[in-house]
Amino acid sequence: MPGRGTMVLMQLALLVALFVAWFVLVKINILPIFFFGDPVLVLQQVFDWIISGEVFVHLATTLIETILGFLIGIFFGVAAGMWLGLSPIAAALLDPYIKALNAMPRVVLGPIFVVWFGLGIASKVALGVTLVFFVVFFNVFQGVREVSPVILANARMLGANRSQLLRTVYIPSAMSWVFSSLHMSVGMAFVGAVVGEYLGSSRGIGYLILQAESTFDVNAVFAGILVLTVFALLLDLTVTLAERRLIVGRPN
Amino acid sequence: MIAPLGKPDDAAKAGTSKAPALAFDQVTVRFGSYTAVSNASITVGDGEFVSIVGPTGCGKSTLLNVAAGLLEPTEGEISVYGKELDGINRQAGYLFQADALMPWRTALNNVITGLQYRNVPVREAEELGRKWLARVGLNGHHERFPHQLSGGMRKRVALAQTLIMDPKIILMDEPFSALDVQTRVLMENELLALWMADKKSVLFITHDLEEAISLSDRVIILSAGPGTHPIAEFVIDLPRPRDVSEVRMTPRFVELHHQIWEAMREEVLKAYERNQQKLAS
Repeated sequence: MPGRGTMVLMQLALLVALFVAWFVLVKINILPIFFFGDPVLVLQQVFDWIISGEVFVHLATTLIETILGFLIGIFFGVAAGMWLGLSPIAAALLDPYIKALNAMPRVVLGPIFVVWFGLGIASKVALGVTLVFFVVFFNVFQGVREVSPVILANARMLGANRSQLLRTVYIPSAMSWVFSSLHMSVGMAFVGAVVGEYLGSSRGIGYLILQAESTFDVNAVFAGILVLTVFALLLDLTVTLAERRLIVGRPN
Repeated sequence: MIAPLGKPDDAAKAGTSKAPALAFDQVTVRFGSYTAVSNASITVGDGEFVSIVGPTGCGKSTLLNVAAGLLEPTEGEISVYGKELDGINRQAGYLFQADALMPWRTALNNVITGLQYRNVPVREAEELGRKWLARVGLNGHHERFPHQLSGGMRKRVALAQTLIMDPKIILMDEPFSALDVQTRVLMENELLALWMADKKSVLFITHDLEEAISLSDRVIILSAGPGTHPIAEFVIDLPRPRDVSEVRMTPRFVELHHQIWEAMREEVLKAYERNQQKLAS
């Protein structure tokens, strides 16, 4: 196994090689340029966006949608998960509905949200919320139900009343499950934002790609995808950093 | 302590001495059709160290949960300093067999959990917490999380967490069974020192007869389950203060061990046979 530095260099070399392969295959007409674009023009497009500052408006929009979808989804997911986790009757009553909602591919709600909330940010956030909600909900539900009975008994012996139990045992225990699904939740919020933008919007990276697609500007489509990917990577990196600070008291 | 009227027996006791810290009166516990404990009457005097020994799976923990108020007896009652127990036993601290520390709290924050429940100001609670961590030999580990501590250290934190509340009664459920022998002897000696310092009443559960004899004033033997109940009890007249590893070498210890083991043997065999039958069927 080569060292870490060497590995990063090799990974970068692989990236360059892929671009070169793309470039060559398009140039010698094995890949039709109409469908696959020209990597040089794609990069050119990305730089143009950055220099003109145009891309930042869209990035900011997508970022805000993602963050809002994420936070609101977490809030409702935690609240619902706690409630159903602590109330077996409600959980039993709602069980089939939750299963149905979870089985449903929730992106199909996108058009309805556009009708309900319009073409602005709200419909994208709503889509993100529905996607994040279930990830968080199931984790919290599980987390609450699997709170160690010994820790609970111990807290009660130390004199915890009901609300103290909730604050010092149930919520921290549930939150540790939320943190363990942070990557997935942020990813879902991001998918919600971008898919929402595809379905109809006036801003955002999804909109940028949609625009390019409607004018058959395949280079801009690829440029949009490139920006989206880099953005997603940065988002994931942020989550990893946040995780290191938030997940305490757990091995690994 | 004023005993309720119409109970001359209690009144007489209250008149002569303090009511016992814990008194099980004909306690029966059933889980569905399974009778875990039947007709158990046990008392723990004020400041007394009592151990309960019995074969594995005989419902020792059930008795402790009843004393803690975590479990209501199906029949019979339990009184704490003469008062019938209703709900959680507020006079008692409980040291569990399994890890009961909150994994998301540091050692210090675990120790002061109970004080926080009592709304003690943070600074005061932390100061007391540091003192207790020092007392159980964990100076410099305040900010560690449970998973960063060894099993023995976690037990110490749990001990500090329980004792910081200054309970009059301490319930202990095989607290040291998961520790290696050396750590265990250390912890047992520390426990005795802490207990000698301010005589708490202790109900200590173990399956280890040597541990029971070396720590206790009195050892109670339980029958094999189901329907566990006390079958014999022995006063341990070994002088105090004791060193748990040295006291095991004394002739009196050996003699007591022999006597108690004779009384226990039959029950242990019964439990063993029952397990064998279970395995066979």
